[in-house]
Amino acid sequence: MKFSEAWLRTLVDPKLPTRGLATALTMAGLEVDALEPVAPPFTKVVVAKVLEVAQHPNADKLTLCRVDVGEEAPRAIVCGAPNVRAGMKVPCALAGAELPGGLAIKVATVRGVQSDGMLCSARELGLSDDHSGLLALPEDAPVGEDYRRYARLDDMLFTLKLTPNRGDCLSLLGIAREVSILTGAALSEPALHPVARAIDDRREIRLDAPAGCPRYCGRIIRGVDARAPTPAWMVERLERAGLRSISAIVDVTNYVMLELGQPLHAFDDAKLEGAIVVRWARPGEKLVLINGKEHALERDVLMIADERKALALAGIMGGLESEISLDTRDVFLEAAFFDPKAIAGRPRRLNMTSDASYRFERGVDPGITVRAMERGAELIVALCGGKAGPISETHDEAKMPARKPVPLRTGRAAKILGVRLGDEDIARILGQLKLRFERNADGFLVAPPTHRFDLEIEEDLVEEVARVHGYDNIPTRPPAARMAMLPLPEARRSIWALKHLLCGREYFEVINYSFVEAAWEADFAGNADPIALENPIAAQMSVMRSSLIGGLVGVLRHNFARQVDRVRVFETGRAFLRTDAPPDEAHAATAVKGYDQPHRIAGLAYGTAYGEQWGEKARRVDFFDVKGDVEALIAPHRAGFVPAPHPALHPGRSARVELNGQPLGWIGELHPKWLQKYELPAPAVVFELDLDPLLAVSLPRYAEVSRFPAVVRDLAMVVAEEVAAQAMLGALAAGKPAVVTDVKLFDLYRGSGVEKGRKSLAFRVVMQDTARTLTDAEVEAAMAHLTGILVSRFGGKLRS
Amino acid sequence: MHDLDKIVAEAIAAFDAVADPAELEQAKARYLGKQGALTERLKGLGKLATDARREEGARINAAKDRIEAALAARRRAIADARLESRLAEEALDVTLPGRGLARGGLHPASRTLERIERIFRSIGFDVADGPEIETDFHNFTALNTPEDHPARSMHDTFYVAGGKAGPVLLRTHTSPIQIRHMQSHVARYRHLPVMPEIRAIAPGRVYRVDSDATHSPMFHQVEGLWIGEDVSFADLKGVLTAFLQKFYEDETVRTRFRPSFFPFTEPSAEVDMTCVFCHGAGCRVCSHTGWLEVAGSGEVHPNVLRHCGIDPERYIGFAFGMGPDRMTMLRYGIDDLRLFYEGDLRFLQQFV
Repeated sequence: MKFSEAWLRTLVDPKLPTRGLATALTMAGLEVDALEPVAPPFTKVVVAKVLEVAQHPNADKLTLCRVDVGEEAPRAIVCGAPNVRAGMKVPCALAGAELPGGLAIKVATVRGVQSDGMLCSARELGLSDDHSGLLALPEDAPVGEDYRRYARLDDMLFTLKLTPNRGDCLSLLGIAREVSILTGAALSEPALHPVARAIDDRREIRLDAPAGCPRYCGRIIRGVDARAPTPAWMVERLERAGLRSISAIVDVTNYVMLELGQPLHAFDDAKLEGAIVVRWARPGEKLVLINGKEHALERDVLMIADERKALALAGIMGGLESEISLDTRDVFLEAAFFDPKAIAGRPRRLNMTSDASYRFERGVDPGITVRAMERGAELIVALCGGKAGPISETHDEAKMPARKPVPLRTGRAAKILGVRLGDEDIARILGQLKLRFERNADGFLVAPPTHRFDLEIEEDLVEEVARVHGYDNIPTRPPAARMAMLPLPEARRSIWALKHLLCGREYFEVINYSFVEAAWEADFAGNADPIALENPIAAQMSVMRSSLIGGLVGVLRHNFARQVDRVRVFETGRAFLRTDAPPDEAHAATAVKGYDQPHRIAGLAYGTAYGEQWGEKARRVDFFDVKGDVEALIAPHRAGFVPAPHPALHPGRSARVELNGQPLGWIGELHPKWLQKYELPAPAVVFELDLDPLLAVSLPRYAEVSRFPAVVRDLAMVVAEEVAAQAMLGALAAGKPAVVTDVKLFDLYRGSGVEKGRKSLAFRVVMQDTARTLTDAEVEAAMAHLTGILVSRFGGKLRS
Repeated sequence: MHDLDKIVAEAIAAFDAVADPAELEQAKARYLGKQGALTERLKGLGKLATDARREEGARINAAKDRIEAALAARRRAIADARLESRLAEEALDVTLPGRGLARGGLHPASRTLERIERIFRSIGFDVADGPEIETDFHNFTALNTPEDHPARSMHDTFYVAGGKAGPVLLRTHTSPIQIRHMQSHVARYRHLPVMPEIRAIAPGRVYRVDSDATHSPMFHQVEGLWIGEDVSFADLKGVLTAFLQKFYEDETVRTRFRPSFFPFTEPSAEVDMTCVFCHGAGCRVCSHTGWLEVAGSGEVHPNVLRHCGIDPERYIGFAFGMGPDRMTMLRYGIDDLRLFYEGDLRFLQQFV
């Protein structure tokens, strides 16, 4: 809502400077979003009349003018504007004037001729960008008058960011009413001089949809001159409210809407046939609107129609056919109350919002319909002439919005606000709010006025009380509560522990969009049917990710394109998948049917294993570097790594990560075909794990530490290449005798001494007993047992 | 006598002449060994008379002691010299950089979220979570924003295609977590005569159809909620004011609560804080107002409490929502939100 301060002050004139008024509005919930002067500062510019225009003796494109600036003698002024002519009135900057942009006007000699001032364009005064010629003023502009005063430029433009509950403030009257309440300054309502009925012509009105339109007023005005000019004061107020002047009749409807908050609509009466019918749209009904577009309408759209055809979308936009034009002679003027529920949502659905629909959606005062009609007719007749008929007013009392009295308990208000307020305080505030009330045992019964759609329940009134009392005057109380310690389960770690762990391993956290391009889903998740958005912001953000890998590759590419060739990044966030399974009990409260939205943690490493340094040989990061990171993330659990293919990954270098036999995620090198497609010259290693299972950790359990010496023996086994190390370690762990406390793989060897197609794995076996020193025989027996496992299960041969 | 002194002097000179422990032992053998000079003398004692033998023996032993002392000293000196030279050889250029991995870092928005969590945990707030693909019901209707409510136009919503059971969308705020959290809290404590207080924050990603230097189609919010038997607007002011002072580590931060409108709170307030750059004097960052808008808040609307099975006559409390991205920008002086979601390491490496 944008308006001119000068206009507002004609209705209410508090003893507050502009800034104070703005602060008062903002602190009362009518936030002043912008406050700007109508014109930038300038001085010593007067209304002048050009008396004579002669060719400049020394310049083809300049003229030498004699200009009356209201002094005894005219001044000689050199001018370069193409539109200068004798007799026109223009703003003239006198010597000593300071114009916007710091231009100082002096008596100057232009091409050998003295110029005593400057005739101004709109741009030179900072009023608009128009520099096509001098700013021509109306013929009746008083010569010599200060131009700022004449054009009322010492005015400020207020822009309010109104919240949707305050539809009552979408007018000058509404804002003035609020300012009066806040400041105590008297409200002088806009003057109204109803035009007498001069003819008897009227149209019958039928309310066929009284729930949507319980009140409708219409009035015929015959014989108007639609080409009459709109007076400058009205144009100025409209423009300062951000509306363009169109024609006198349209301007009047807009003016009344700004003044009183009631949108009006003017039909060309000659295009109407019979009675006006307010009804819901019929199945399949279509209407061409004043924007020239044809719209197919659904049945919950409220229509203004006559007996033969649809005329307008009630409260939203008029139809093209019945639109008034400059040739219109007879006007049918409409002022109606449309229920907010009958308008709400339709403009957005039809993609067609208007100043009228904006107001009707939020609630137009049902008590102001007739008054607005009177005001509109008054202005049309004053501007365009014509004879007005009687007002046809029809309403359905039962469907008019009910303003039920709302109870307000003093104790409740004090409890909600946390402030001591007595009956008398509240009574005083209600009085200031001009709310009618009765007292009762608990406090008050308040009757909200017709324009306050937002006062429905007690809390609404509590807010009103708080607003007038001043939020600033509510204490700022340090929180007091019964102390209760939060549970801190040791077997659960926070996501922060995981994030910090990866940061400690030189990963940087990134946050990528949850919506990605469809190709990423296909390439990195093998997902041909991702969850799509109905209204994506761009094609590359059109589907929900089911994997975090695409985003990480995107980050790699972004950095690689900026000469960063070593990248280690991770992200935590949700992936989005379809599911038919009902959510498990633990997640039921946070689940949405049909969608699985697991938290994931994913990482990517690219480039050298270590940052450039003197002490390590540069080598590329590989699968096992990242596997070490993943194992650290999963610890104290131990995961299984199962060779398995994944659409994003190199088939020979990818593994499904499992925890307790359940899939946990994936690790692997990006598939070479994606490296090629995404223009990455070297392998990238990625991992992606479900986050929730990682948050559960086991509590440590003490086992006795032996005081007897440990025996360490090595066992080197030659096996076929296909044998997985993890399988051998698993078999040893499962079958080891009790004295074996640890088995580690410490060497992998291929080459001389080991035949091709086979490899040698060396295990270090630690044996110890807590009760005694082991004998050689026990040690040998244990080693023989382990050897036996590997020989029989994996076809191993002891390496000699 | 003279010759004993001579032997001692010779031995000391011989010891000093060698720098190697093995050679030192050879030199020792020449004087103290079985055929050593002093040993030969001792063998000759038997030929002397008793008195002379005692006298001569004592002299020889004294000479032997002197030689042994010289030997020990020389051994020590050689060992010391060897250690010295080894230490000298082993000296490192300790100014060379250390080896191995450097440190990574949290995303700046994460730093903020972690701090927010810690600060609120310190006064007993739990952390709640909720889905990002959300139902229309939880995102709007349960929050007292029925279909066609004009407040819905305050949020430009991303809708998920093909929602089968009613519209499904990307949550436009973290407020639906309020609903889910209150519902499960009520279910958990239904058996108790007095419901324990609800104190929770809910951080997370939210989505709106919007994109420029200060708006991202995805950004973060932190929702806060405190419901109890007597949790008033004054408490809301107290909690948020204290929080902002702790977060910005500046006890001079002041807040300003302005009446506003959210369908799910009543009374509602926008929260401004004094500008962290100019402390209220007015600067470019705060558009010369001295204030920065940091949160929306209010007492939870009775309809919302009812939706969650809470009796608004018995329990009241407040909710707030704030933007950690903007808080991060203000705290670290970042001027373009787009940097948050580009993953540019040159940006991220500043937050190690």
